[in-house]
Order: sequence, then C-alpha cells, then structure tokens
Amino acid sequence: MNTEELKSSISAILPSVIYDETGEFLNVNIASEELYPLINELRSNSEFDFDYLFCLTCIDWKDHLMMVYHLLSKTHQHTIVLKAKISNRENAEIETVCNIWRTAELLEREVFDLFGVKFINHPDLRRLFLSDDWNGYPLRKDYVDENMISL
Amino acid sequence: MEINKSMEGPLTFPGQVHETADGGILVTKLDDVINWARSNSLWPLVFGTSCCAIEMMSTAGAKHDWSRFGFEVARATPRQADLIIVAGTIVMKMAPVLKRLYDQMPEPKYVIAMGACTISGGPFFYNTYSVVKGVDHVIPVDVYIPGCPPRPEALLHSMITLQEKIKNEQYFKKKIEDVR
Repeated sequence: MNTEELKSSISAILPSVIYDETGEFLNVNIASEELYPLINELRSNSEFDFDYLFCLTCIDWKDHLMMVYHLLSKTHQHTIVLKAKISNRENAEIETVCNIWRTAELLEREVFDLFGVKFINHPDLRRLFLSDDWNGYPLRKDYVDENMISL
Repeated sequence: MEINKSMEGPLTFPGQVHETADGGILVTKLDDVINWARSNSLWPLVFGTSCCAIEMMSTAGAKHDWSRFGFEVARATPRQADLIIVAGTIVMKMAPVLKRLYDQMPEPKYVIAMGACTISGGPFFYNTYSVVKGVDHVIPVDVYIPGCPPRPEALLHSMITLQEKIKNEQYFKKKIEDVR
C-alpha cells in the first residue's frame, strides 16, 4: 500500500487519527486508550500485515509522554510510525503489545526502566538495565541526579 | 630518621626522595631482588568493559606482545591476579562488582586505569546518570593512562611505569615498621 491507501484504510478503522507526513514515514497520531484495538487490527488484517515491530520507544514532551511504534510489513513493504499520546504523565499507563510482537517484551521493559511507563498485562515488567532499587526514571526531562552537572 | 628529614629539602623539591631502610645494604639488596622478580611477573586479571578492552587484547596479541614484559599470564580469577587493568567505562551497576573483584585479589595488588572513561567518566558519557566518574571513586589506582582508547604502546608504557613503581617499593622496610 502507498501512503494515501494506508491513510484511507487506517481512517476506516479509527476515524479520529491525525496524520503527519513531515518525516520519512507516515506518522499516525492517536491517544493511548485507542492503541490496542488499532494496533491489533494492523497486525492481524492481511491488508496491512504489519509483522515486524522494528522500534518501540518513548518521548517525554514535558507535559505528556508519547509512545512511538515503528511498524513494517515484510510482505507489503510498507512502514508507518504509530504515536500514542499518554496524557497522564504521573501515572503513565498503556496496553502492552507483547502478545502481538514478542520482541516488545524487552523493549517495553526498557521503556518502563527509563521512562516509567507501566504496560498493562505485560508478563514480566521489571527494570531492565538499572538496578532494582533505582529511584526515578532517568530519561524523563524532570529527572534530577545530584552527580550530574546541570547546564 | 633525622638525616632523612634534612634530605627532603624544600616542599617544592622536583623529584622523589627514596628513604633508605634501616638495616642497610642487605635489606635493600634483598628488596631489589624480590622487586625485580615481582615486577617482571605481573599477572593481570581478564577484565574489560568496553572499547579499551579491544586495545588491551591487541596489546596481548602477537604484534605488541605484552609477554615481553612479563604480563602474559592473564588470569580469569581475581584470586590469582596481581594486577587489574580497568579497560573501559564503569557504570554504576558494574561498580560493586569491580569492588568485589578487587577485594578478592591477594596483596600486593595493583590497578591500572586505562583510558578516559576510567580516569574521569569519559569524553562521551561524563554527564550522565549511569557512569562512575572515574574508577578511583571505587578502587585505588596506581597508574593512569589517558587516551580514548590509549594505543597499545601507551598501555605498555603504563605497564612499564607500574614496574618502575614496584621496583622502588621497600618490602622489608614495611615489615620492620610493622614489627616495631
């Protein structure tokens, strides 16, 4: 599918999405509550067949967090970037995608470790890189470390 | 000891004054022999945490060959090692492990801090939450060797510098002072 076909097909599933074509890939902006039904459809529908999650990360925009999913279909050779806005920054929660792509298990643990996003239904949500007794989430913009030099 | 006091000179004396041990020529000669033997057979611990370790392996390899200086018996256990070459970034999670390894080494033990990361936290990762800002926050260091990473020649230079340090140690004098 090309970009226009992807846009019309995704809008048919979820009309509220907002598109952004400034980047290399088509950006699909949604709210965090809408994530799971949409992403499940993108994986299971053979028209999309996004069988490869090649990047899962998070952005801290100071007033909200944003989960970013890079999806690729090996059969159709199309790519999209799904961006899910998490408005509740203090108690950030989003549905896990572990049961759709197994690779998300470690990627989500990394995001939990560094951004503090809690993944609902994740089978093993522990810190990945930092020690278990670490305080805070270092990649958040408001993280304070007295050993670091503030510029 | 008074004679040594007068030999020290002003505080800004540009060099080292090595005190002579009580016990005269016999003890110093014995020290020379023991130190010669110790300094030419230093067993390093196999320990590398990042890119400096690649240079360290290169130093051990055929082209640079640290066995010319008596370092070839790299040990995988700290209990048999005399020397730890800290080759690479030490993160907060690694620091207690490094401390434990150092504690497990038998005396006398030596540390070479290899590269910018072990000296100060490094050129890339200095201002971050995860990196120890210099390995001397965790264990005492004998020789610092700057570079990112240091070339094998530089590592060999630091090893020879450590040998010089060991050759100037006074083992028997320490023993005599312990007895007193």
